[in-house]
Amino acid sequence: MTEAVTAADPGLTQPLLAKRASRRWIISATLITAIVALPVLSVIFLAFFPEENIWPHLIDTTLPRYLWTTVQLMVGVGAITLVIGLSTAWAVTMCEFPGRKFFEWAMLLPFAVPAYVIAYVYTSLLDYAGPVQRSLRDWFGWQNASDYWFPEIRSLEGATLMIGLVLYPYVYLLARAAFLEQSPSLFAVSRSLGHSALSTFFRVVLPIARPAVAVGLSLVLMETLNDFGTVDFFAVQTLTAGLFDTWMNLGNLGGAAQIATTMLVFVVILVTLERYSRRRQQQYAARDNRDPIRRFTMSFPRQMICVAVCAGPFILGFVVPAGTLGLYAWEYFEESWNPDFVRNTLNSLFLSSAAAITTLLIGVILAYSRRLHNTRGMQILMRLSSLGYAMPGAVLAVGVIVPLAGFDNWLDSLMRDTFGISTGLLLSGTAFALVFAYTVRFLAVSAGSVESALQKVTPSMDMASRSLGYTPGKTLVKVHLPILRGTLLTAALVVFVDCMKELPATLILRPFNFETLATYVYQFASDERLFHSALPSLIIVLAGIVPIILMSRSISNTRSIA
Amino acid sequence: MRMKLAATAAMALAALPLSASADGEVNIYSYRQAYLLEPLLNAFEKETGIETNVVFAKQGLAERLEREGRNSPADVVMTVDISRINELVERDLVQGVDSDVLNSNIPENLRHPEGKWFALTTRGRLIFTSKERVEEGEITTYEELADDKWNDRICTRSGKHPYNIALFSSLIAHHGEEWTQQWLQDVKDNLARKPQGGDRDQIKAIAEGVCDISIGNSYYYGNMLQDENQRPIAEQVRLVFPNADGRGTHVNISGISLTKSAPNRDNAVKLMEFLSSPEAQRIYAEANTEYPANPEVKPSGLVAEWGEINPDELSLQTIAENREAAVKLVDRVDYDGE
Repeated sequence: MTEAVTAADPGLTQPLLAKRASRRWIISATLITAIVALPVLSVIFLAFFPEENIWPHLIDTTLPRYLWTTVQLMVGVGAITLVIGLSTAWAVTMCEFPGRKFFEWAMLLPFAVPAYVIAYVYTSLLDYAGPVQRSLRDWFGWQNASDYWFPEIRSLEGATLMIGLVLYPYVYLLARAAFLEQSPSLFAVSRSLGHSALSTFFRVVLPIARPAVAVGLSLVLMETLNDFGTVDFFAVQTLTAGLFDTWMNLGNLGGAAQIATTMLVFVVILVTLERYSRRRQQQYAARDNRDPIRRFTMSFPRQMICVAVCAGPFILGFVVPAGTLGLYAWEYFEESWNPDFVRNTLNSLFLSSAAAITTLLIGVILAYSRRLHNTRGMQILMRLSSLGYAMPGAVLAVGVIVPLAGFDNWLDSLMRDTFGISTGLLLSGTAFALVFAYTVRFLAVSAGSVESALQKVTPSMDMASRSLGYTPGKTLVKVHLPILRGTLLTAALVVFVDCMKELPATLILRPFNFETLATYVYQFASDERLFHSALPSLIIVLAGIVPIILMSRSISNTRSIA
Repeated sequence: MRMKLAATAAMALAALPLSASADGEVNIYSYRQAYLLEPLLNAFEKETGIETNVVFAKQGLAERLEREGRNSPADVVMTVDISRINELVERDLVQGVDSDVLNSNIPENLRHPEGKWFALTTRGRLIFTSKERVEEGEITTYEELADDKWNDRICTRSGKHPYNIALFSSLIAHHGEEWTQQWLQDVKDNLARKPQGGDRDQIKAIAEGVCDISIGNSYYYGNMLQDENQRPIAEQVRLVFPNADGRGTHVNISGISLTKSAPNRDNAVKLMEFLSSPEAQRIYAEANTEYPANPEVKPSGLVAEWGEINPDELSLQTIAENREAAVKLVDRVDYDGE
């Protein structure tokens, strides 16, 4: 029984609330948002103090190209991730074909591969000296590069493909969860009313899944907008490349902050437009999922099409990069094995777990506060807390340093003046700074998924619980969290894997002598020693697999939660 | 009871930074990869018993240092590229060191007049040519890269890379901005492909026949020769020291500075002195096939085989000052564009 109510939001307002209890939620949500928004606000603050006005020069020269490239990249990556993510999610959910169970989780594996790593791998495979072109030359007897044409991997198209291949799991993940939640009877009704499967998909299934797909797609687009590793390596000139150029080459941090702020505004507009366009829809799923999904049984050729649809992205996004890394790691094992790997891996695991738990807790508090008190103010808080994702990691890192070091130095001065002792830096340059940065950066991921899942729980649940005497807090713990546990686990695991891959902020903020797997990889990659970075890259990928399998299981299990 | 608790807490807080800056440490913010520093720092620890701690990043360390202010734990900053080093001076994040050891080990043109930075190694920005398709002596200067005969035959990395920016800055110093803009436009017109990849990739491109000439730092070539798999590629190119018979080849530096806040100042100076010593210079230069800054240490092995380098005497300060102009030139001629 799923109601897709297309009417004005009935709202969860005052009747649900004991005033005092609601105030507590509002205050904690406001406080948390204030802290989490500090780094972004710091960057906006820095934007007011440029070394010189960069815009005349930018507009005269490179800005149009930066913008155009950025738009092309985002549209391209958006299209790739939507096509792959939706088609594979639909196939594994609704069709029966050989290997379906395997692909259910295997489709997520490319997510474990950092974009900069897949870019390195494909470059080494597809450039002139790589095995692909070498074999072609052997077969056809070509002598050198001028004898034949071969697509250039270091290009806008190459970058689009690379980023798309490792980011489509965002769309897949959220779309699949949304498809699983839909009642099969809806589909049956549409078919019985004469719609074909395809038209049902576009007219019924997709509109209902839209909030989830929109969350997935906006994560993809923000990550694309902020990617620096891949575009830098491929010499694709996006706005982010321009930002770093302004910062590092022109030494104009304020100017760079202005570009970052512009990008931020761009993202906010995009997200707002999407939300505005479905402002009059409110969907509640009663989660009466007793109806089992009846998968299509299909002819053999059609089954093979499903296999191909799933196997393609899986092979390109995971098997090829992981296999290549494995080969290189094997070849260079002696040079690259290092006893520090164990410690680096533990560092990565510890930081990522801490950040995953923190973002989840905060995400739940924020999303639930908004549910309790669905005002414009709370909506703004929610958006404000998620802005960290819309900024390049290195810029955000500077935004993290500003308030943390500011606090440290303020406290230090206070203690020196009052007690004559120096407290030095308590927060800057510690693991805390890293977990804080990760939280700020990835809160959008957890808060977004918790919020969209929570929106689907019908308010009658709250009403029932509250009328039976539960406080809002108890309702959350006893009613919502159990219902949402699949979503919660997924959100935490996505953040976890994202943190394992995080590079730019980690580099800048980490303590002395502290390496994560990603920073260790970067040391070698940044010195153009790709082979030496294969083994640690492979470890990042492998470390991401376990949480990914867990994640997939938790989603499959949603159907069994009655 | 409450008082006691507060006092304990205060003491615990106070103890934290003390343990972090205990005697026998030196803290390094490094723009150079930690593994490149490792052999050096190990030698230093062995000789002095002073422990070294490193954070490596390619960007943002100056901002971190600035924001941490007087409480920053960093004692020294190790950098590559004169512009990065100069930025630390301009932002007033480093202090001068007046050490007889350093002053006698590092020649005057390779250190800041007030000791705010010292070069540790130098590296030439060289021209690489195809042994097959370019005659020896066919190109001998940077200026000739603009010649029509190289049309569709040159490969470089992004014009925005600091090493290219420094080279362009030096040309601005020698020939003026207008001339350099024309030169850059001509070089762009000679490119065989859109700028991309790193310096090694350009050498690979020559081996592949994509182009015949590239620009790159000496040590990338050296490191390729030392790597079994890349040696056959590197062996297909010849290296040219541009302008060797004239004003000299453009060189850039890697260097070290003492931070303004340095909590372990004495240890930091010891480290700086150690790094300028012949022993350390030998390790440092060999590990990455660079040129030692200390003139008493002769380049050895591979680097020596390449022959003497005649470095351009242009002051590094001037190169740093022209950075911004160079960056803007690159934008103006759209060097990295299609």
